[in-house]
Amino acid sequence: MDKEFTTVSIPTSLYKKIEEAVKGTEAGSVANYITKVLRESLSKQETAPEVFSKEDEEKIKERLKALGYID
Amino acid sequence: MIQPHGGKLVDRVLRGSPKDEALERAKTLPRIILDAESVSDVENIANGVYSPLEGFLGKADFRNVLNQMRLANDLPWTVPIVLDVTLQEAARFKVGGEILLANEGGRPVALLTLQEAYDYNKEEMAEKVFNTLDKAHPGVAKVMTMKDVLLAGPIDLIQESPTPFDRYKLSPKETRILFKEKGWRTVVGFQTRNTPHNGHEYVQKAALTFTDGIFINPVIGKKKKGDFKDEVILASYEELIRHYYLKERAVMAILQMEMRYAGPREAIHHAVIRKNFGCTHIIIGRDHAGVGSYYPPYAAQDIFEEFPDLGIVPLFFRAFYYCKKCRSVVNEKICPHPPADQIQYSGTKIRDMLVKGEIPPPELMRPEVAKIIMGFKEPFND
Repeated sequence: MDKEFTTVSIPTSLYKKIEEAVKGTEAGSVANYITKVLRESLSKQETAPEVFSKEDEEKIKERLKALGYID
Repeated sequence: MIQPHGGKLVDRVLRGSPKDEALERAKTLPRIILDAESVSDVENIANGVYSPLEGFLGKADFRNVLNQMRLANDLPWTVPIVLDVTLQEAARFKVGGEILLANEGGRPVALLTLQEAYDYNKEEMAEKVFNTLDKAHPGVAKVMTMKDVLLAGPIDLIQESPTPFDRYKLSPKETRILFKEKGWRTVVGFQTRNTPHNGHEYVQKAALTFTDGIFINPVIGKKKKGDFKDEVILASYEELIRHYYLKERAVMAILQMEMRYAGPREAIHHAVIRKNFGCTHIIIGRDHAGVGSYYPPYAAQDIFEEFPDLGIVPLFFRAFYYCKKCRSVVNEKICPHPPADQIQYSGTKIRDMLVKGEIPPPELMRPEVAKIIMGFKEPFND
């Protein structure tokens, strides 16, 4: 059996607030709501931009030119 | 530039002496012959199209993809990328050892370092991925013919297998540099498996109005009977772009990959792939990646609600039609006229006209595009 869920503790007052807020919404449950908010928040964390080596970049530009994608 | 899925563009292509050494080792390794679709999967893993995958899914990822539509590390991933072999084949391989993956012509493609071999339930896989067990669904039919054991582990690409469409093939690294060269900060991806009619063009241009560029990305590879042949799709798009798009705003390159017809799950898969190509947005229309009537028309849009962390923005479009009163392409939100004034963009209708040798009316399809399609003796898959 896959262990797909675990438990975390949050203040009861916060839980109740969320419970009230999600009533009748698409989230449906406090767990769904928290999961969605956390995933959204974590996905916004900055990561280092992708850097290609000068050599790679030049080689690729040559191919793109040969194929007519760039002038 | 948008981050690749998982933060890093995978590059598992062997070059120089590591490639030569791999080719030498390959001579004595046990081998698996891959069909063309699995070869495409291997190349897509190696070139970063499927980033962050570095190989075929292991059991933990596979189970999580089926049950949660995410990899075991919680990253959105909806379509299992797996390699199936028979029990007899699996018995020949040792965990930790290398296996040569060759194409149907026997040409070495890649090395797989075996991490795991595991069994799985085909019915469970089919039902979870395709939401049906109907064997008339092409995806279900394929899963039911899969072999009994799945192999997992990282792959290293030795060489790509040539196809007739290689000049249209760009890797994510190449498209990212291309978009940068063009100065595009926002790029909308358009997935297609069809020749373009005016409804497609309208959607693309509506999206392009809000982005710097459009990346038209036809799926080339195994499709179902009656779909347009790959060469017809490419020729018709080239003609459309030549006549009706600004060269500095539109780019077309292919995605060599099998259509799975997994509807909503596949829409997410397509979005992840376009994110890896460097797209910031993706167009999701009616019944994206659907087949028959297995999925509600807008299920492929609704599913995005479950993925706030996808990292690419979906642009949802309703079905478009031509309104004779408005004299333009419209949809139900913007046109007040009754159905009698509408001309629907029906793929079947356009196909029937083309088969009969009739040029579709210009409200449906650009005459230049129709002419190109009709120039092919057999434009459809048998």
